[in-house]
Amino acid sequence: MALQSNVPPGELGEKWTKYRSSMPLVAPNNKRRIEVIIVGTGLAGGAAAATLGELGYKVKVFTFHDSPRRAHSIAAQGGINAAKNYQNDGDSVYRLFYDTIKGGDYRSREANVHRLAEVSVNIIDQAVAQGVPFAREYGGLLANRSFGGVQVSRTFYARGQTGQQLLLGAYQSLSRQVSLGNVTMYNRHEMVDVVKIDGKARGIIARNLLTGELERHGAHAVVLGTGGYGNVFYLSTNAMNSNVSAAWRAVKKGAYMANPCFTQIHPTCIPVSGEYQSKLTLMSESLRNDGRVWVPKNQEDAKAIREGRKTGLDIPEADRDYYLERRYPAFGNLVPRDVASRAAKTACDEGLGVSPTGLAVYLDFADAIQRYGKSQATTLNETNASAARIRELGTAVVAEKYGNLFEMYEKITGENPYVMPMKIYPAVHYTMGGLWVDYNLQTNVPGLFAAGEANFSDHGANRLGASALMQGLADGYFVLPYTIGTFLANEIRTPMIDPNGKEFMEAEKAVADRITRVMGVQGNQSVESFHRRLGKYMWDYCGMARNADGLAKGRELIRELREEFYRDVFVPGTADEYNPELEKALRVADFLELGELMMVDALDRNESCGGHFREEYQTPEGEALRRDDEYTYVSAWEWDDNQPILHKENLEFENVELKTRSYK
Amino acid sequence: MSADNMKLTLKIWRQKNANAKGHFDTHTLDGVTSHMSFLEMLDVLNEQIIQEKKEPVAFEHDCREGICGTCSLVINGYPHGPQQGTTTCQLHMRHFKDGDTITIEPWRSAAFPIVKDLVVNRDSFDRIIQAGGYISVNTGQAQDGNAIPIEKDVANEAMDAATCIGCGACVAACPNASAMLFTSAKVSHLAHMPQGEVEASQRAIRMVEQHDAEGFGRCSNITACEAECPKEISVEHIARLNREYLSASVGSDK
Ligand SMILES: Cc1cc2nc3c(=O)[nH]c(=O)nc-3n(C[C@H](O)[C@H](O)[C@H](O)COP(=O)(O)OP(=O)(O)OC[C@H]3O[C@@H](n4cnc5c(N)ncnc54)[C@H](O)[C@@H]3O)c2cc1C
Ligand code: SF4
Ligand code: FES
Repeated sequence: MALQSNVPPGELGEKWTKYRSSMPLVAPNNKRRIEVIIVGTGLAGGAAAATLGELGYKVKVFTFHDSPRRAHSIAAQGGINAAKNYQNDGDSVYRLFYDTIKGGDYRSREANVHRLAEVSVNIIDQAVAQGVPFAREYGGLLANRSFGGVQVSRTFYARGQTGQQLLLGAYQSLSRQVSLGNVTMYNRHEMVDVVKIDGKARGIIARNLLTGELERHGAHAVVLGTGGYGNVFYLSTNAMNSNVSAAWRAVKKGAYMANPCFTQIHPTCIPVSGEYQSKLTLMSESLRNDGRVWVPKNQEDAKAIREGRKTGLDIPEADRDYYLERRYPAFGNLVPRDVASRAAKTACDEGLGVSPTGLAVYLDFADAIQRYGKSQATTLNETNASAARIRELGTAVVAEKYGNLFEMYEKITGENPYVMPMKIYPAVHYTMGGLWVDYNLQTNVPGLFAAGEANFSDHGANRLGASALMQGLADGYFVLPYTIGTFLANEIRTPMIDPNGKEFMEAEKAVADRITRVMGVQGNQSVESFHRRLGKYMWDYCGMARNADGLAKGRELIRELREEFYRDVFVPGTADEYNPELEKALRVADFLELGELMMVDALDRNESCGGHFREEYQTPEGEALRRDDEYTYVSAWEWDDNQPILHKENLEFENVELKTRSYK
Repeated sequence: MSADNMKLTLKIWRQKNANAKGHFDTHTLDGVTSHMSFLEMLDVLNEQIIQEKKEPVAFEHDCREGICGTCSLVINGYPHGPQQGTTTCQLHMRHFKDGDTITIEPWRSAAFPIVKDLVVNRDSFDRIIQAGGYISVNTGQAQDGNAIPIEKDVANEAMDAATCIGCGACVAACPNASAMLFTSAKVSHLAHMPQGEVEASQRAIRMVEQHDAEGFGRCSNITACEAECPKEISVEHIARLNREYLSASVGSDK
């Protein structure tokens, strides 16, 4: 099937406005007779549910969490971008669009990204109206900071808890719709299958996690706002329960998975400390505004630090290599994430790592503390401030900006980052890949939509910081509620979907069989141990640097692991009760297929772009070598147990000239 | 810092489901290191239990970085453990020592029924928010974000209240099992913002009514909630709630 992006005609800057005003609408009286299922209550799902409820649709919302407010979006720290240009520093919708396309290494769809930049400004207004307590300047206006990969200050934030505050805004709007009776909320319900009737998505099978009961729910359309799949790597910054199953179940029902190998490895995370490690913790990218990244210049110093004979404080200025500032003078510590991560790996590969495992670099705030301290002293007219006083003042400024992150770091590592430079290392953070969707956010399965991190749409091969919150809320508040009308306008005569129909009964039976199968193995290894092994294969062969041999090997290893899983996994308890091990087993089973597809995708893409770095394709300086002649397309994969099938969507660039990204 | 090969005795509350009778089970665990988080220590225990083909201890968690509000353990009698301003998932084993006995229990409150072992049901919190914990604005109705300046300090105070993670430790800490700290944090956050002021009194009344209907107890100013709150939400917000509540009951705008 040829992939239709359904991008409307017209000038880039006018497409969305024109399209939106000519889109078919569903009349209010008809909306009340149309049901929409939304899976997920993160920024994307939560915002979409609230808005569709306000518009008058009958909405049912599902989350596997115990409350909509727990969605993984809650953990986002740094901020959200918007082209408000409140700082008058030359920002504009076009610049945000351009930065995002370039940051994504020219692997995203122009029209989608432009729309995202356009609606970004509405998001901030909406959030303020909901009472989101964004950071403010003394004059009472909204404050901004800058993030990696850009040269303007367009990131809005609420301390280091921006995701929390934006999610609570969406959650509160959703709660209001629940109280008004427009939305029915199903907590602790996990979607375990999509149900299709005559080729269209018409409902889901959900497992009530408290009782284990399978439930059938029908609707005229289904929206997945189910987040990303970074946990395929086992260790990632994602919440422990984030998983791919909702999207993967859609794939098994014929939806295509786009660019699955495009994974973002975030440069600033707390390094791994031991075998028992369950997850990795992000230190927000906003820290790179003020922190300087460095390693010792020589290996002896690095070795002494690793062995505990020296600390970072013992290394004199002249013996430090601020390698990002050296290699990328124009952007310095604010280069995009993929570039910063690879540079950290290079430094550690050269034996310059500074933690006992050898896998860590420094992020140092000493200079920032000095700089802010001096400036505060001047403001306060303390012309003779002592060094200690300057430190104190500077520390207070840094604490106000990043206090909760520093606290988080200290809780985890036991080290005080105001004194000792932080140790950081890259970790899996975000997945640019996801369900293939057209301009309307509809997958190739009619009636099945995907929003937020679950779709592939806007970030190409690399996402810029503070752009996921923007995309989730853009999709949820301002795009999907309208574009879903293009499908629903043709459904006003479709009666309520009967959840007792044949398709529902068959789907439910298939799920029950799947559960019986994993429960029935009664082998010797825990679900967790399989997940951990899968993660290691993914990191070793499909991580920060990939090559053809490794990917082929990784694929084989995963196929073997999958076979072993169905032979030797042990799931305790029963299926008709609250059973977190069973939940995990079903999710890991899906990861074991997705992991293979990621290897296949990475192997197919014989170029380096963004987060996808193929060792065979690099410049003499070790930078990513894109191959635009052959790979300017989206890889949309149809799953097949033996050999997944590739469908291509060619990317047309009419407004932006493809260039080699340079941050030098 | 403690040793890197600790042996611990764990007394853990086990309860098959909401209706079953619960009891403490004792487990011993070797090889615990100071870098582990408390929940990673429980992961190791669960792996050991699974190897014995038994049922692992059910406990809830998700972000493991102190922001989602999912984790919920009473550790040695303290909700979220003895560390101030710390969630269970942020607690690390460096605060324990070799040979320690640690008691682990669920939140205990009639309004938080036990699901299994250490897992409780906190739907009651959602219903309190649904009763009025929002600003009544539809998508697309907003004016420019900078149209109403908000004093930096006021925004900061609102943010202090808004950092509540909805974990329920305040309820677990309170002898009356009151959820006033949670409820007041939302009332106070929204009342601080000019956008939320309009509905402030009605919001307070509706949320308190729902709070009482859920079976949470009355607040009698014991302030144990503040001491155990991982986000250090201040009881001053309860005073703010009371002001909003009174002004509404006294005023005629009901
Ligand atoms: C630590 C961290 C910090 C970050 N910081 C930033 C930042 O500063 N700025 C930024 O822009 N981005 C940031 N991001 C990225 C951003 O937070 C996410 O990409 C975004 O929040 C995803 O939102 P979402 O709505 O798509 O999905 P999520 O918030 O992950 O929500 C998924 C929802 O789907 C539900 N769900 C999933 N599967 C099922 C199923 N089968 N059945 C039922 N329900 C299901 C879940 O219960 C949940 O409600 C950060 C990410 C991390 C990990
Ligand atoms: S007030 Fe504190 S203890 Fe209570 S729910 Fe909020 S964060 Fe948890
Ligand atoms: S697991 Fe999220 S706060 Fe503890």
